[in-house]
Amino acid sequence: MKPVKEKPTDQVAWEQVAEYLRKTLDQDELTHCMRCGFCLPACPTYRETGLEQASPRGRIALMKAVADGIIEPDTAFADQMNLCLGCRACETACPAGVQYGRVLEQARAGIALREPSSRIVRGLRKLFFEHLFPHQHRLRMLGWGLALYRRSGLRWLVRRSGLMRLFPEHLREMEAVMPSASFKGVRERLGGILRPEGAPRGRVGLFRGCIMDVLFTETNCNTARLLVKAGYEVVIPDKQRCCGALHAHAGEEEAAKRLARDNIVAFRDAKVDWIVSNAGGCGAMLVEYVHHFQGDVLMEEDARWFSERVRDISQLVADGIDDLPLKRLEHRVTYQDSCHLRNGMRVTEPRDILRRMPGMTYVELFESDRCCGSAGIYNLTHPEMSKQILDEKMIHVKNTQADILVTSNPGCLLQMKWGIRRAGLEHRMRAVHLADLLMEAVE
Amino acid sequence: MLSTEVKRELQAVVGPDDVRDDTETRLAYSYDATPMYQAMPDGVVFPESTEEVQAIMKIASRYRIPIVGRGSGSNLSAGTVPVEGGLVMVMTKMNRLIEIDQENLTATFQPGLITKQLHEAVERIGLFYPPDPGSMHVSTLGGNIAECAGGLRGLKYGTTKDYVIGLEAVLPSGDILRTGGKLTKDVAGYDLTKLLVGSEGTLAIITEATVKLLPLPEDRRVMVAHFSDLYAAARTVSQIIAERIIPCTLEFLDQGTIRVIEDYAKIGLPADMAAILLIEQDGPTSVVERDIERIAEICRQAKAAHVQVAQSREEEAQLMSARRSALSALARLRPTTILEDATVPRAAIAPMVEQINRIKEKYGLQICTFGHAGDGNLHPTCMTDARDREEIERVEKAFEEIFDAAIRLGGTITGEHGVGLAKAPFLEWKVGKSGIEVMKGIKKAFDPDGLLNPGKMFAKETRRRVVIM
Repeated sequence: MKPVKEKPTDQVAWEQVAEYLRKTLDQDELTHCMRCGFCLPACPTYRETGLEQASPRGRIALMKAVADGIIEPDTAFADQMNLCLGCRACETACPAGVQYGRVLEQARAGIALREPSSRIVRGLRKLFFEHLFPHQHRLRMLGWGLALYRRSGLRWLVRRSGLMRLFPEHLREMEAVMPSASFKGVRERLGGILRPEGAPRGRVGLFRGCIMDVLFTETNCNTARLLVKAGYEVVIPDKQRCCGALHAHAGEEEAAKRLARDNIVAFRDAKVDWIVSNAGGCGAMLVEYVHHFQGDVLMEEDARWFSERVRDISQLVADGIDDLPLKRLEHRVTYQDSCHLRNGMRVTEPRDILRRMPGMTYVELFESDRCCGSAGIYNLTHPEMSKQILDEKMIHVKNTQADILVTSNPGCLLQMKWGIRRAGLEHRMRAVHLADLLMEAVE
Repeated sequence: MLSTEVKRELQAVVGPDDVRDDTETRLAYSYDATPMYQAMPDGVVFPESTEEVQAIMKIASRYRIPIVGRGSGSNLSAGTVPVEGGLVMVMTKMNRLIEIDQENLTATFQPGLITKQLHEAVERIGLFYPPDPGSMHVSTLGGNIAECAGGLRGLKYGTTKDYVIGLEAVLPSGDILRTGGKLTKDVAGYDLTKLLVGSEGTLAIITEATVKLLPLPEDRRVMVAHFSDLYAAARTVSQIIAERIIPCTLEFLDQGTIRVIEDYAKIGLPADMAAILLIEQDGPTSVVERDIERIAEICRQAKAAHVQVAQSREEEAQLMSARRSALSALARLRPTTILEDATVPRAAIAPMVEQINRIKEKYGLQICTFGHAGDGNLHPTCMTDARDREEIERVEKAFEEIFDAAIRLGGTITGEHGVGLAKAPFLEWKVGKSGIEVMKGIKKAFDPDGLLNPGKMFAKETRRRVVIM
């Protein structure tokens, strides 16, 4: 075999990154960090490494040093910014209310000026961010391919043939817990507009998400059905796109804004009272659209209109849960927070719902507010750290002796499925999305 | 950056991953929780045992490298900023709770253990470690001991120095010093245990500590009283104690703080009140009930505008939320928050708050005051912007005057944060020339080469006392 040569890339120099960061990093926000250290115990990467630079306070100090021209950004700086899960638990812990997530995105935007150095990461990013997430039909094709792969026996063949051994361990393990992808999304299955049952409560636009609609179509359908049962008219605008969260977190600010603009237009045209999301990661991005268009005269007002209307499915359901015809389900359930739902959207309803569901015994999961290590595509880019965090989480999950582990975000759900498998708990418990569990109780 | 030999020798002791001198690490250990102080160390080292600390000290002594011991870096006196470079020795990997001795009622632990974790461990078995600094979720016990941390329960239970009874520490020579033990009574020679508590890392590196524990109080109740007159509030504090009641917590919020909290948290605080007292008592249920009733009565007699005793845990949480929101509310107001630590005898609280208000007017600054009224420990907190040079100069002048006023009222320049770098120029005001000389002599006995946390506590120059016009 010929040795594979790394193609020389015309990388932007670090000095240019430094210059860009000095211009774009929010100095007020960085100065606002009073370095009290209250964020340290909340930070998963600080806990795993014990290193100040892997804490929010440390990362802010690094960013501030770059902004002040004390240090030049370099690979170590970039690695530290990328090691962050972006769970934003530090924001909830911060007395001064520092918007860490925002400055982290700004830092990553600067770093993204340089192409990611590893070819694998570069390839993955290009594939997902440019060619897949923003294109619903391509994702659907991929879903179709995946479904075919499963049903055709190809998966059996691949597994039996040992072909999977060519992939890294974590990818192999993840493949095993991937749900069956579907060719038809929620709109194709249920239609664009669903009439409410019972007394009407309002008109809701369903944000279907990108991965969510391919890998978790059933959850999307259940979300729509639940809303219908709860008295909402449900609209599923066809022109909506990926929320752009992964782009924004990776520093691809412009791409994120393009997607945001399309979504705002799609839902504004649909004249909805609320925009509902069932993925914490997407929801937190949607409520922050308004920040992305700050000072943009053309978009700011529409963005505010949009962000103010965003609700998590649990919030809309909690309002009308007493009217939902819920049958008794005798289960011991526990709940893993979605970081972005908790720290980004500040949503608290899922626990209330689980406590109020007839027959359910709710047990609190120790450190349920700590990130599970999924964090967008973090479990693909930083498998070791992700696994470390996950395995610790699963010890606490096991201790709850629950038979159902509930989450509110597709990334967390997959990670929990992976964790259950890694911990050998498959025969004792399962992980489900809150919307699916609710629908089980309704049917 | 460390020289190659030093780095190699340190690596041989702690392994390659636990010595770092890259830019990111050095920067991350160049500050603590004190605004406006920062200095780069040459390297950072993470020991995992007493033996490693010994070996590191020997290397540092041989090469005359300064050493700054550090926990979570939450201190507010710039006590862990490596102003003279050298090595920052991070103790967070030595974080084991070694023993809870239920017969002697003691706990023994390594310095990197987080304060909150000790609280949880002992409270699970019905025991109690009272010192509760505001940073207890993050601060290490080693840091608490080095700084002699206080907290909300200082009035009734005292501070860290009242609990530490035994220490193991490593001297700059690398020798181990053991003081005290699981003993209540011990008068063998000078009290080196007490001397090390609050020594701010200038005498030795603490590697193990034993503290005494108390039985966990059976019950607790919370109440709040609003006052339209500052002196009435202050008199009430003295009155409660004159009536032979020592509450476990007696917190004070001034009008400025009340207004800021109310603007931020909207929890229904009266913006027209001059002060609020938040009071908690703990102990056997019957005693708590009786004390709280009597305190409420004292507040009413002192013409408190409003007295409210919490009837449930939720109501308690609501009342306490004012105190808890104080820092958040103040910190969100301006970019830089300087939380100071002037302390006076509790009878002097009202004149001290008036002095602070006068000084803030004089310098045109935004300073709010809250703190532990029961023990006279006030936290005048200035909301400013570190980038505004001119304003910061006014802030510094104002705080000089505040410390001066505290001393004139029989108080001190710091009640619980420590001297460190920030208060070093003022130490002589408090302890006098002879005090400084004795302290320097002690320093020399422990650390003849001046390697431990240099630049701290003893300033090169004393700030001239301000003259109040």
